[in-house]
Amino acid sequence: MINISGIEAGYVIDHIASGKWRLVYDMLQLDKVEGQVAIITHANSSKYGKKDIIKVEGLIPLNLDLLGFLDHNITVAVVKDGKLVEKKHLSLPQEVVGVATCHNPRCITSEERGLKQIFVLRDREKRVYRCKYCEEKLEDFK
Amino acid sequence: MRHLLSPLDLSVEEIDGLIDVAKKIEKNPKAFRHVADGERLATLFYEPSTRTRLSFESAMLNLGGTVIGFSGASNSSASKGETVADTVRVVGCYSTIIAMRHHKEGAPMVASQFSPVPIINAGDGGHQHPTQTLTDLLTIAREKGRLDHLTIGLCGDLKFGRTVHSLITALVRYPGVKFVCVSPEELRLPDFVREDVLEKNHVPYKEVDNLEDVMPELDILYMTRVQRERFFNEEDYLRLRDRYILDGEKMKLAPQNMIVLHPLPRVNEISLEVDNDPRAMYFKQAQYGVYIRMALIMFLLGLEVPEV
Repeated sequence: MINISGIEAGYVIDHIASGKWRLVYDMLQLDKVEGQVAIITHANSSKYGKKDIIKVEGLIPLNLDLLGFLDHNITVAVVKDGKLVEKKHLSLPQEVVGVATCHNPRCITSEERGLKQIFVLRDREKRVYRCKYCEEKLEDFK
Repeated sequence: MRHLLSPLDLSVEEIDGLIDVAKKIEKNPKAFRHVADGERLATLFYEPSTRTRLSFESAMLNLGGTVIGFSGASNSSASKGETVADTVRVVGCYSTIIAMRHHKEGAPMVASQFSPVPIINAGDGGHQHPTQTLTDLLTIAREKGRLDHLTIGLCGDLKFGRTVHSLITALVRYPGVKFVCVSPEELRLPDFVREDVLEKNHVPYKEVDNLEDVMPELDILYMTRVQRERFFNEEDYLRLRDRYILDGEKMKLAPQNMIVLHPLPRVNEISLEVDNDPRAMYFKQAQYGVYIRMALIMFLLGLEVPEV
């Protein structure tokens, strides 16, 4: 049985909005991780009321930009030798590649083969991303 | 290597420089006859066009260069499924500069990522049309004597009207500019222009649906065509196409020094009787378009401006 309270080396991805653990899990492709992954959902949070937490065993490469894009309130604690050695705070990435799809039927991304979907941060305060090619706003990604 | 995909790819100083060169060309076109000897423009027009393509071709020929290209996607390898990326990599071997019009928004940007030669966006879907904007700016500079402290009325299809999007994007950088946006609710400005350009730059604007009411306050009236090709639904097009028609009666409401611009082609939105009004500038605009495209080609190819 996995001991979810203790990890020798890995990450604790905390302050995930309650019920959204699956998005994080899929986005980081945690199904491909060899080590153990523990999911705690609807945990009590003094800051948000309820939250989800994912604990990942093993210091695999993590795409923090993707997490920041999903929700910059998420925190990532790095654990080594059973101790928390670093807490990473996320910010909105300037550009996200290959994560979301432009829904503008007039956009070149709907036709050109091999073209990556790229969204660029236009307004940090309002968290507005627009398609790099046609400038369509990215809506309701979450 | 520089490309022109959006008006913001040029600084205000660079646009001023292009306008100065265009004015020199207008005064003495003969002095520019051999400026682009040995250069070749490829016009890749995936969408039908008369004036923009011919304007580009005239511009290059006037500079002593040569022209190749196609008009209509069915006449190109796009009909066989070739990507934009592949097409420009190949055409870049045959030419020294490319002007591209495409029905898909962002296609010229894709082209610029793969092309070995400068790319000029000659209109991409309902997105941007920066060389029409340069044409409009030269027309305004020549006919109003300034690009600042102007109230510009934009009328018609502001949603899909790429000329409108590009013109607003360029003009917000000049002080004292205000916009009056006249359109039906369905054809209002898209949010990438309203939020990211107008509101972000704190530029005053209002959105109205009655043209007559605002005519007296305008320095410039920029009419646009409701474009059938941008609608997925024919019924919507038929309902909206003749919503605004500028005629002699409406022109009586306008100030004597207001000018009327239109990117052309016009259909019904400007009555033929307005053509004889000295404030109608849309045919002059077409002539200015050749001068400014000549200046742009010289700029992007790094060609020397002759002493005039």
